[in-house]
Amino acid sequence: MSATAKTYPRRWRRPATMIPDPRWRYGIYAAILIYLVLAISTVDVNWARVWDGLDRGGRFVMGFLTPDFTSRWKDISNGMVESLTMTVTATVAGVLISVPIGIGAARNIAPMPVYYACRGLIALSRSLQEIIIAILLVAMFGFGPFAGFLTLTFATIGFLAKLLAEDIEDIDETQAEAIRATGASWWQLVNYAVQPQVMPRLIGLTLYRFDINFRESAVIGIVGAGGIGATLNTAIDRYEYDSAGAILLIIIAVVMFAEYSSSYIRKWVQ
Amino acid sequence: MLTVDALTKTYKTGDKALKSVSFTVPKGQVVGLIGPSGAGKSSLIRCINRLVEPSEGRVLLNDLNITGLPAGELRRARRRIGMIFQEYALVERLTVMENVLSGRLGYVGFWRSFLRQFAGDDVQNAFRLLDRVGLIDHADKRADALSGGQRQRVGIARALAQDPELLLIDEPTASLDPKTSRQIMRLIVEICEERELPAIINIHDVVLAQQFTQRIIGLKAGEIVFDGAPELLDESVLTRIYGEEDWTAMRRAAEEDDHAERDAAERMAGMI
Repeated sequence: MSATAKTYPRRWRRPATMIPDPRWRYGIYAAILIYLVLAISTVDVNWARVWDGLDRGGRFVMGFLTPDFTSRWKDISNGMVESLTMTVTATVAGVLISVPIGIGAARNIAPMPVYYACRGLIALSRSLQEIIIAILLVAMFGFGPFAGFLTLTFATIGFLAKLLAEDIEDIDETQAEAIRATGASWWQLVNYAVQPQVMPRLIGLTLYRFDINFRESAVIGIVGAGGIGATLNTAIDRYEYDSAGAILLIIIAVVMFAEYSSSYIRKWVQ
Repeated sequence: MLTVDALTKTYKTGDKALKSVSFTVPKGQVVGLIGPSGAGKSSLIRCINRLVEPSEGRVLLNDLNITGLPAGELRRARRRIGMIFQEYALVERLTVMENVLSGRLGYVGFWRSFLRQFAGDDVQNAFRLLDRVGLIDHADKRADALSGGQRQRVGIARALAQDPELLLIDEPTASLDPKTSRQIMRLIVEICEERELPAIINIHDVVLAQQFTQRIIGLKAGEIVFDGAPELLDESVLTRIYGEEDWTAMRRAAEEDDHAERDAAERMAGMI
């Protein structure tokens, strides 16, 4: 066939890139299928209990559909104030502590010993889930919002310092190089080249952490760290599903408010 | 006066970016540094203010041996060397004024710079420089609101705010259109004349280099292969510098940039 009359295929199929051998491929598919069937067959469902539970579930749903804000309003508002106080103070304290740690954990501006120390702190904070920290701190400092405040602060440090450090590592190096070329000191470098580049993101992350902290404050209340979570726990223990429904609605409203206002503020600081 | 004496740079990977480069730049002279990508231009310019650490050799600025300085004194030496960058390297979220004033960072303490309380003389001088580069009306704008040519003018003002004794200029026109390029080159040459500043301009555009500089140094594979007046730069010299078609050099270019960047990042980590 000559070059001019050469015909090219009109069909093309994507080649299997991950597992090229079809025997292996179908073998693995079959293994997954068999595992799923076996796994599902081991789940023991007691249908009689499910039937009984439907009744209680129905009351639960009905309670949420007819939320009762009034009869426990004092408890709810106290819990709410406690939760918001916890959230605000923990976010502020957490940010203040995590900024220096985040700078120290950025490989491109921190010396190695500081880097490892700060990364270690971050790893420690991130390795424990909030509820576990809350249980420990409630045991140490007793029931109430102070333990909650400490829990949320500790969790905020791990979250914010890590993301801030990663952001600092991603800065535009030429801007930093230019500031360094003027004879700036390390602190001036951080203030003039790093801070302007990471500030909008730091504000965004802080707002994001604020609404995470609020949600977490509801969860850790269940293990005794005060706030709206404690109120919610009490309401459910007393089978007052209508009050519990009211509490959940308030939590949703606050989180939505934080979400919308934070996206607005983030756009504004860009 | 700047003296570069047997400057050598070997990167960790074993690549030799500079092989015993020596030259002297007297007061007020504008030198164009040309050569193919990967010839070591960018390394050379950064070795002079030690943004890239040279391996061997000396750099003398008016009898001050820059290569021997410890970190604190290096900072003091750096403020005497203004640097202008390829992609302007302005801090984009700061105002034009802050960018110009950042040229004073080597002279003021941290708290003064942190609170933006620069001395009256510094502020006045910054306004004078902005007027000189034609941007006095833009002082309060954010740097990322300006066009390319305007940003490069801010870059020039920032370098001059340092009150430098030497200008290092890295590809000042690489991202500008031909007309703006000429305006920027003219501005640089005029300013060097006014202040009797020696300058090294690392430049790709040979025509532009010939048009505006008083002396040209041709670098190839880390060695000086030409050093003389722009008029002497003819076909045969250009072939000697760039080769007929030097593909291997081009491939090395990307590598060299990578090395320089990595080296700079490491240097920054070691700055404290």
